[in-house]
Amino acid sequence: MIEMTNVYKKYPNGITAINGLDVKIDQGEFVYVVGPSGAGKSTFIKMIYREEVPTKGNVKVGEFDLVKLKAKKVPYLRRHVGVVYQDFKLLPRLTVSENVAYAMQVVGKNPKTIQKRVLEVLDLVGLKHKVRMFPNELSGGEQQRVAIARAIANMPRVLIADEPTGNLDPETAWGIMDLLEEINNHGTTIIMATHNSDIVNRVRHRVLAVENGRIARDQEGGEYGYEG
Amino acid sequence: MKARTFWRHIVESLKSIKRNGWMTIAAVSAVAVTLLLVGSFIAILMNVNKLASDVEEDVSVRVYIDLAAEEEDQEALQQSLEDIDEVETVVYSSRDDELSQVIGSYGDEFGLFDGDDNPLYDVFIVNTAAPEVTSEVAGQAEDLSYVADVNYGGATADRLFEVMATVRNVGAIIIIALIFTAVFLIANTIRITIFSRSTEIEIMKLVGATNWFIRWPFLIEGALIGFIGALIPVSIISYVYLSGFDTLMTYLSGTYFALLPPNPFLYQIVALLLTIGVVIGSVGSSLSIRKFLKV
Repeated sequence: MIEMTNVYKKYPNGITAINGLDVKIDQGEFVYVVGPSGAGKSTFIKMIYREEVPTKGNVKVGEFDLVKLKAKKVPYLRRHVGVVYQDFKLLPRLTVSENVAYAMQVVGKNPKTIQKRVLEVLDLVGLKHKVRMFPNELSGGEQQRVAIARAIANMPRVLIADEPTGNLDPETAWGIMDLLEEINNHGTTIIMATHNSDIVNRVRHRVLAVENGRIARDQEGGEYGYEG
Repeated sequence: MKARTFWRHIVESLKSIKRNGWMTIAAVSAVAVTLLLVGSFIAILMNVNKLASDVEEDVSVRVYIDLAAEEEDQEALQQSLEDIDEVETVVYSSRDDELSQVIGSYGDEFGLFDGDDNPLYDVFIVNTAAPEVTSEVAGQAEDLSYVADVNYGGATADRLFEVMATVRNVGAIIIIALIFTAVFLIANTIRITIFSRSTEIEIMKLVGATNWFIRWPFLIEGALIGFIGALIPVSIISYVYLSGFDTLMTYLSGTYFALLPPNPFLYQIVALLLTIGVVIGSVGSSLSIRKFLKV
């Protein structure tokens, strides 16, 4: 499903973030991406939804070849890859339901379908009662739930979560984790970059440890493996 | 684009105008002030230009007919004057008509020259198609037979035409400079309002919106801001011009000067201002978001 072969990424400022990385992730997997700061986790994640393009090597996501993909076609890739960010990235001028609806309007779904699906996903993340609020009226955990609702609205095959619990207190973090588990149970591949050793050690999944721009450890049901 | 999507873009741009509150008001007032300046200057300069043309049009060539000319000679002369390409009209004014004009302007004492004592010539008053060719026409008329003399104000008229040409050119330059200023100011204001929304555009790109899907609402919003901004100067200028036109025209009645009539002049200004507002608003906003679309 997601396949990277011999990938290198060198930034214009001379820093080599990814240095010969190979990995294959199948449809429906739940993968943690761990590793120290600056090891290339973020670049690795960003290459999956083509915010970054590798300098060398191949990246394939589903039928998309991300190295050959033209800039004009990138939006179509992003409709198959939902992304949840540490800083949520909600549209501040749109309400909760409008934020979720936006991702579906982009695809050109009809208003009835959108309305139905928006309520469905907001119900799933437990925010059905806050549809008319604006992001700044919500708590961090609630905003992250909206972001997740938006990411799954178009039923993507892959959901990428870049430190989704990074800004949240432990209890809220567990709520978000339960949500991701449930989404995974519906068959969506989940790739989650995290620093949260507690979560990684208690809810065991495949662990990819990125160090010096390579996969240093690829272990099914592994531990976090770094000092908390 | 699907009609549904287009409708969505319109609704979205209206929402954005409302939710941006002060930013919208700032942009609208910038457009309004700039266009008010442009509109007023155009109205004034175009009228100055019109008055200049009125002055020029009043200049005509007077062709004095030789006293020896018989009636058929006069007719032949009139024919050859009319045959000159640049000549628009040729009006005959007999020596008696000329004398009564002199009496009218300078007083009854000149009545002494009435009848056979009249020292004046019969005259053809020639109007040219364009003021610039006046001296040329005068030169051609001088060579015709039975012409005693030709007069068009000579150096004075030439000087007048020069001054008028300068007035016109300066006016045109000022108008062009003002329109450029307006374009720059409006585009800049819209840029600033969009700058504050760069993250918004980035997020839209990240959830899979195509460039045009993002661009349309911004384009419509810019056009609406430009349109609303233009409505204010349009109504001020219309009101002032209509009431000013009536007042000034009473003063000018009886002279050969006239202001440009509101129909069609005022409508042209209105159309121009609305066009500038809408075009710059929409083009300005879609150009401004361009650099944020590269995510």
